[in-house]
Order: sequence, then structure tokens, then C-alpha cells
Amino acid sequence: MAKYVLEFEKPIIELEEKIFEMRSMSDQLDIDDEIAVLEEKVERLRGNIYEQLTRWQRVQLARHPERPFTLDYIEMICDDFIELHGDRSFRDDPAIVGGPAQIDGIELVLIGHQKGHDTKENLKRNFGMPNPEGYRKALRLMSLAEKFRLPVVTLIDTPGAYPGIEAEERGQAEAIARNLIEMAGLKTPIVNIVIGEGASGGALGIGMGDRFYMMENTWYSVIAPESCSSILWRSWEYKEQAAEALRLTAWDILELGISDGIIREPVGGAHRDHEAAADEVKNQIVTSLRELKKLSHDELLDQRSARYRKIGVWGTA
Amino acid sequence: MAWWNRTKKNIEDQQQREIPDGLFLKCSGCGYIIYKRELEENLYTCPECSKHARIGSEEYIEILIDAGTWNETDDNMVSTDPLEFVDQHPYSVKLERAQKKTGLNDAIRIGTGSTNGIRIALAVMDFSFVGGSMGSVVGEKFTRAADLARKERMPFVAVTASGGARMMESAISLMQMAKTSVALSQLADARVPYITILTHPTTGGVTASFGMLGDITLAEPGALIGFAGPRVIEQTIKKRLPEGFQQSEFLQDHGFVDHIVHRKELKETLTRVLGLLPVPEVGK
Ligand SMILES: [Zn+2]
Repeated sequence: MAKYVLEFEKPIIELEEKIFEMRSMSDQLDIDDEIAVLEEKVERLRGNIYEQLTRWQRVQLARHPERPFTLDYIEMICDDFIELHGDRSFRDDPAIVGGPAQIDGIELVLIGHQKGHDTKENLKRNFGMPNPEGYRKALRLMSLAEKFRLPVVTLIDTPGAYPGIEAEERGQAEAIARNLIEMAGLKTPIVNIVIGEGASGGALGIGMGDRFYMMENTWYSVIAPESCSSILWRSWEYKEQAAEALRLTAWDILELGISDGIIREPVGGAHRDHEAAADEVKNQIVTSLRELKKLSHDELLDQRSARYRKIGVWGTA
Repeated sequence: MAWWNRTKKNIEDQQQREIPDGLFLKCSGCGYIIYKRELEENLYTCPECSKHARIGSEEYIEILIDAGTWNETDDNMVSTDPLEFVDQHPYSVKLERAQKKTGLNDAIRIGTGSTNGIRIALAVMDFSFVGGSMGSVVGEKFTRAADLARKERMPFVAVTASGGARMMESAISLMQMAKTSVALSQLADARVPYITILTHPTTGGVTASFGMLGDITLAEPGALIGFAGPRVIEQTIKKRLPEGFQQSEFLQDHGFVDHIVHRKELKETLTRVLGLLPVPEVGK
């Protein structure tokens, strides 16, 4: 049973636990009818709750500590994967992981932000907030992919690049900027998938490419709703309003013409059924890589350029 | 935070009778008192301590471009508030106010002109317009300037001043980092020089995209340059930041800025840099 329960998940989880309990007694008692009634009720409740999630509730689901993270997906979807460590300059950043992999017989390089499922792992992973060496490791892996003509898949899940003294000393801005210009011209297909949080430059630093997908319960924005609230409302209390104003859900981003689609999650969210979520992610990766394989380098880079050049809305005074 | 304050009190003590109010200014760096016209002639830098006051796009164009050669383009491009963003005030109202206050249509100006006879494409940001933040208009205009530099094979120079991405355009503003990087990637493929001049302050999404991608990176003295703003870092690490942290000199020490150039030497330095970097002919 779930250990970490969000406020709006509670009525569902409670009912599910009750059904589970009754099932274990149903050998001795004739309560099949009662169970059926409850099951119908929980089904209705799920429909009501998950079809009407607010943007802030999506943000909460995206941050659920029991969601699968990059290494969980790798474990579930890769035939093989060898993690490579270090940026060859300073150190290994555990907030970004990556290496050569094989999925459904396709060789590729897989890179992703990595969060921790518990406090200890989160301290190691810096809560998925990379330092410059994380972005430089990612760039090293992308260059490796280009050299061996392997496609790149990146899994995005970060509350942002780390805002710290050492990160600034080592050039956080330069590390992200360098990745952007290199991804713009990388002569191999790149597929980006937001599997959790997609915050700002920290997400974009491994997030440019030829296809961009978001999972159903994820968010993507120039700033986290709390930070937006603190700046524009001058208080941390307006995160719900900020989440609405920022238009940060998978549906919003699709509507804005920034993403190519939404990857469905099992009912209740990816954390309720890791395998089912991983199947969907795997299918999308395989489909996208097969599409992109057909393009020449020139076609690929032309389309990538057009994809970003078209984003923006303006008028004339 | 104003770097130059009108001195009322100080002047009253000294020579108030002779001098009309506001003609004297006081340097917030060292307290030096300067005649307003002398400050202008000194390009808004302190003759005593070299403190550089923030200036606008108009002043940078005047400083860098030979008189009579500036040809501005797309100056009528405006944001249309694509998300209909409302916080405490509607974004559309903020835009209108900024336009009235600054006389500008957005936070960047682009065009072509000559620098000591060398024709360049120039993009100049203006912090006075919504904190120099980057939204659709900044991204598109920067991209157009880079494209023009590439097509006409002239060096591209960018003067940055920005608090980062424009939150009120959310993911669209984030995507401008990607868009400008695409334009710069193609400019680099064409081997056309791209020079950045980082001014106070340059932070966030602008630093983390075209701000840090110059072939040569120049900065004004004492400018705040970074990814995260100092307040965000202090809140995160719960410590005071060291003196000089994220200033131009700090960035040069750590290997991210090539030269720190006094504003009065900016045009000469730029001219020398451009003179040493060959530009391919059109079609090559
Ligand atoms: Zn001074």
C-alpha cells in the first residue's frame, strides 16, 4: 500500500484499503455484493477526482516521491544500460545519470535527471538539482552519441538547476547555455520526455531535441509555481494561482505548440503502477526513434531549427 | 537600487545657492559628488571609483555605433500576452505601463550600424523594460538580428541586461532560450563572429543562453552576472554571500569572462576585437 498520500488521493486510498481488507475476509463471509458496490464507488470517485485535477494538483502528482525516476525507468525499459560517470573535468554529478543503452533492440544514449525516493538518496542526488558538472556530463554523453551515430533520449525531472555558490563559481549558466547550442546542432536524433518536474533552464539544459513529450501528471514551466508566487505576489501563499497562470500542465504545453503529445499514465498516476507507466514511456521512445531514423542529418537539423524558431507570439504596435 | 542619487542634503550643506536642484549627483559607490554634465561626458561612470551606473539601450547605441549609421529594425514588435497572464495585475497592463514609462516596445532593440567603420548587427537589451526580461519579442528580435548577421556576413554584437526569463510568458519564454541558441548555432556554423558585452545585471535565462555563448565575452566592471540571483542563492544555502560574488571580476577569475572593459574603452576594445576576427564573404 502507498506510503505517501496526497490530500486529494486520501478518499480513494481509504476506499481501496477497505476493499482490500474485505477481500481478505470474503472466504469466511458472504460480502461479494458489498465489495462490488464499493468497487463501483471507488471507480466513480477516481473518475471525479482525476478528471478534474487542478494545475496545482498535477504539480503535486509530478513531485510524488513514489513516482518512477530515471533509473527506475531504465531498469524497467532497457534491455541493457551501462551508467557512465563524470564530466572528465571536475567530478560526477549524481543529479544527472546517463549512458549507452538498448531498448527493444535499438542502441541509444539515455540521459536523465535523477531524484531520490528517500531523504538519504535525495541528499546524494541533490533532489534532482544538477550542478554544472551534471550538464557537462550530459554534453559528454551527447557527443558520444553523435560520434557513434546513436540517438539520444533524455528524461526530464528536476525542480531546477541548483542555485548555489559553487554552481555559480563553476559556471551554471555557461554549462546550460553550452548544452543548448550543442543540442541545437547535434547531428543525431534527440527525444525529450518530461517524467516529473520540468523547471526552467535546469530542465531545458538536457531538454532540446526533435520530439518532446510530457507524461500526463507532469509540469513544464519557466519557474516553479512557489517561486513565481514569491516574486509576482510577493508571498509564498499563491502557488495555486501561480500554477494556473503559468499554464504548466501537459495539456497546456501541448496547446501552446511546444510538445508533440501526452504520454498516458495509469489511473491515479505513474506512482500507482510503475510497470504500466514504463510501458507507455517505452512505446513512445520506440515509436519516436523509428520515425526520426528515417530523416537525414540535414532534414533532422532543419526540422529541429524550425521547431524552435516557430515558438513565440507577438504583434506590431 | 540607484547607483547615483540626487544629492539634496549634501549640496544644501555646501553650495546650495549657486546650484539648481538635481544638477549635482552623488556616487553611491564612493560618495564622490559630480556635476551632472560631467557624469554624462564620463558615460555615467564615476571618475573616482569607476562605478558604472546603469544606462539604457539608447546610450549603448550612442556609445558603440558611429553617428548617423544606426538603422533600427522591428522596433514596433510588441508582446500580445499569449497566456492572458494575471498575477496581482494583468501582464497586459504591465506592458502598457512599461511602454509608457520607457518609450520602448520591449526589452531589446536590434539594428545595424558601424563601429569605427565596421558594419555590425547589434542587439541591445534594456533593463528598464520589465527588468530586461526575455519573452517572445526578445527571443524573436535577437533571432532576427543573428540571422541578418549570418546572411549578410557581419559580426553580431549583443549587449545584455536582464533579470532573466519573462515569467508572464511561462514556457514560451523558456523556449526563447532554445530559439536563440538555434540561431547562434547556425551563426557559428557560418563562422560569423558573435561578441557579447555583459552589463549590470545579466542573470537567469539570458545568461544561460545567448549571454554565455559569445566567441568573445566582454563585461563592464562590477556587473552582476550569474544564473541564479543572489537572493535565491541566499535563501537556498541560508548564508550570506561573499563580497564581490557574481560580479564581472569574479566571473573573470573563474574563467567565464574574457575581458572587463571600462565603458569609456568599450568601443575601442570592440573595434580591436572585430579587427582580429575575420568574417567570411557572403556565400562562403
Ligand atoms: Zn564613485
